[in-house]
Amino acid sequence: MSRLGSYFIFLGTLFRNPEKFRVYMGLIINECTNIGVGSIFIVALVNSFIGAVTCVQTAYNLTNPFVPKNIIALIVRDSSILELAPTLSCIVLAGKVGSNIASELGTMRITEQIDALEVMGINSSSYLVLPKVIASVLMFPLLVIMAGFLAILGGYIAGTLAGVISSEDYISGLRFEYKPFGVAFALIKTVVFAFLISTISAYRGYNVSGGALEVGAASTAAVTNSCVAIVAADFILTQMLLT
Amino acid sequence: MIEIKNIAKSFGGRQILAGVSGTFKQGDTSLVIGSSGTGKSVLLKCMIGLVKPDSGEVLYDGRNFLESDLNQQKAIRREMGVLFQGSALFDSKTVLENVRFPLDMLTEQAESEKLDRAHECLRRVGLAEAADRMPSEISGGMKKRVGIARAIVLNPKYLFCDEPNSGLDPLTSIKIDQLISEITDEFKITTVVITHDMNSMMEIGEKIMFLYQGEKLWEGNSTTLTQSHVPELNEFINANKLIREMEK
Repeated sequence: MSRLGSYFIFLGTLFRNPEKFRVYMGLIINECTNIGVGSIFIVALVNSFIGAVTCVQTAYNLTNPFVPKNIIALIVRDSSILELAPTLSCIVLAGKVGSNIASELGTMRITEQIDALEVMGINSSSYLVLPKVIASVLMFPLLVIMAGFLAILGGYIAGTLAGVISSEDYISGLRFEYKPFGVAFALIKTVVFAFLISTISAYRGYNVSGGALEVGAASTAAVTNSCVAIVAADFILTQMLLT
Repeated sequence: MIEIKNIAKSFGGRQILAGVSGTFKQGDTSLVIGSSGTGKSVLLKCMIGLVKPDSGEVLYDGRNFLESDLNQQKAIRREMGVLFQGSALFDSKTVLENVRFPLDMLTEQAESEKLDRAHECLRRVGLAEAADRMPSEISGGMKKRVGIARAIVLNPKYLFCDEPNSGLDPLTSIKIDQLISEITDEFKITTVVITHDMNSMMEIGEKIMFLYQGEKLWEGNSTTLTQSHVPELNEFINANKLIREMEK
């Protein structure tokens, strides 16, 4: 509980006594490049294969001849948009971006770079963490939109190449009973996950004390805590928005 | 002038500083010496506001730093320059960017002015040619000099150096000490150096404060250092073989 309390106090320091706006602009653009552009490949790769696997496995399990084939595409679409693209992508991003944020801040802490900022009278948490949080909240939804698209595309390619579904069935399945709110739901989840991953990881890294061993431990804790927070928030948001 | 009054600090029930007082005059290079773990670095951190002491006062030209509000503390901090033990250069910035960073963050000067000032400070520490290199591409001694350049870029009234010689060879150490001493004289700064380096004590110790187990046991200068009658200080000094030989 005390750790949860200190996490909320840490969140408060991000917005207290901030620096000039122009300082943040450059930092946010840099972080968008690091967090967003730097994660395109891994998110694209994971989601393309997840879509492909979902399609083939669904086809394998659909043995009833009375169930139309286009249901496979519907399942791929809904599972990708509602769950796989936002949640799985954010778990991957927790590993990549979260550990990067924690280790970067942890190293800055143990090499006294954060102390140097504090001594200059700069709000170090706001200067270092806020651009990362804003960049995550901006870039994660874009990555998830790409992830959802590639998952569906991966399912299409795998399904048609494996011969488990025809191109026409797949497209008609994608269009069948489509609810646009699913995309909004996925993006709402992603924004919440982005905030959780970036702030939890920053909190872990920022509060490191010790040496290289502690930086490694903080990086691991950042990923595990972020994953726990993602699945918990996923359940809460699903309950709130889909029921 | 910096005055510290009865600074006390404990961590987890273990007392690190037990009421340390002292005065550091403008234009002097004052040294705080003592073995490892005696609280030198904690004292420095209390003075610059990185650690909040349990009790005591830190006065910068009469202004109580610890009881000031955030804006007053910011104003006092703008008058400080700090050289950290590991130099604390920002890894992602070049040497020049590191030096001009305080100017970018804390002043409204024109780009050309900032650039001129950063180059001037780099020239002052003899690193004009290293401006475009990254911190990972320069030696430990050069990093310390960049750290000094960054510390003096805002024309500070107070300069703090935490173990400026750690990890350096004796020749580079002397150069760093001389640079600190020259800058102190040149700009009439109040300089406080934390060290356990005997060369530094003899070279630049205009005023020396000896800490032992969190208490100030002795105060003097480099000439009176070897004549003290404090057994703990004598033991500390005589741990250096060169001093023992000199005394013989």
